[in-house]
Amino acid sequence: MAKVKGAIVVNIERCKGCQICVPTCQQKSIAMSEALNSKGYHYAMTINDECNGCINCGLVCPDGVITVYRKKYD
Amino acid sequence: MSAPTREDICQLENEVYSRTTLLTPAPLSYCPGCGHGTAHRLIMEVVEEMNLQADTIGVAPVGCSVLAYDFMDIDMQQAAHGRAPAVATGIKRLYPNKFVFTYQGDGDLAAIGTGETIHACNRGENITIFFVNNGIYGMTGGQMAPTTLPNMKTSTSPFGRDVETMGYPLKITELIANLPGTYFVSRQSVHTAANVRKAKKAIEKAIQYQKLKKGLCFVEIVSNCNSGWKMTPLDSNKWMEENMFPFYPLGDIKVPK
Repeated sequence: MAKVKGAIVVNIERCKGCQICVPTCQQKSIAMSEALNSKGYHYAMTINDECNGCINCGLVCPDGVITVYRKKYD
Repeated sequence: MSAPTREDICQLENEVYSRTTLLTPAPLSYCPGCGHGTAHRLIMEVVEEMNLQADTIGVAPVGCSVLAYDFMDIDMQQAAHGRAPAVATGIKRLYPNKFVFTYQGDGDLAAIGTGETIHACNRGENITIFFVNNGIYGMTGGQMAPTTLPNMKTSTSPFGRDVETMGYPLKITELIANLPGTYFVSRQSVHTAANVRKAKKAIEKAIQYQKLKKGLCFVEIVSNCNSGWKMTPLDSNKWMEENMFPFYPLGDIKVPK
């Protein structure tokens, strides 16, 4: 059976650290970084391998910093 | 086959969602977590999907979204405070085949521009109005707006809005839905993924219905103002669900028969 696996790429310098993407992720794979970007915000990052590419985080991100990828495999 | 690595997944052919190219590369000037950014992106996504980039003219308001013309990569015009429906009327009458929309906040549309809004709706101008309602004047420091909820604390009502002296909140969306000139009136929000999908459908309808030339389409987007409400973005979304939505219920208010 085909499975899907996803990944997100966060535009770190554009992320404002609002955390709206964190509860919207059903796989609990987004958290805020310890490090700061050049504007002084904690940015969003993936913390596990569970992403299925559902694009929920991309939809709610006010600044559109999240690009979502999804790939099917057997 | 084993699971692909992150490098295999992050290829252009696997991309399923990215920021629309109709938003300019300029960083949005909004506070972290503000619904304006999502609303901008949704409108531009719909314009891109319907291939209307060359045929769209937007009218920017005064308020937090005054710089919308810097972020939306389409033809834009800036209007005086509250006068966006009047400017859009003129543009639409000169270019009846263009898609004309205004993007306004509650201090712009429901306070200083009430007259323009109501009369543009009553005349049934074939324009689309996107109304972002956060119940506060966000740009100038969180003062009380006509849409501020009863007992809501703002910088000019520090003990809460007292309806006996300060009046009742104005439900302008319900008001204009009663006018015969409006064709499609809807209220949505953009704080969760499900609501974003619904809001996008409403925006699509509002753009499609404009081509029918049956009247004005109006989409209200209930948004948070975490800076003005003095909350974190997540808390303000929760507060919005608990307090704003009972007063401003989401859904289509007027749909074409």
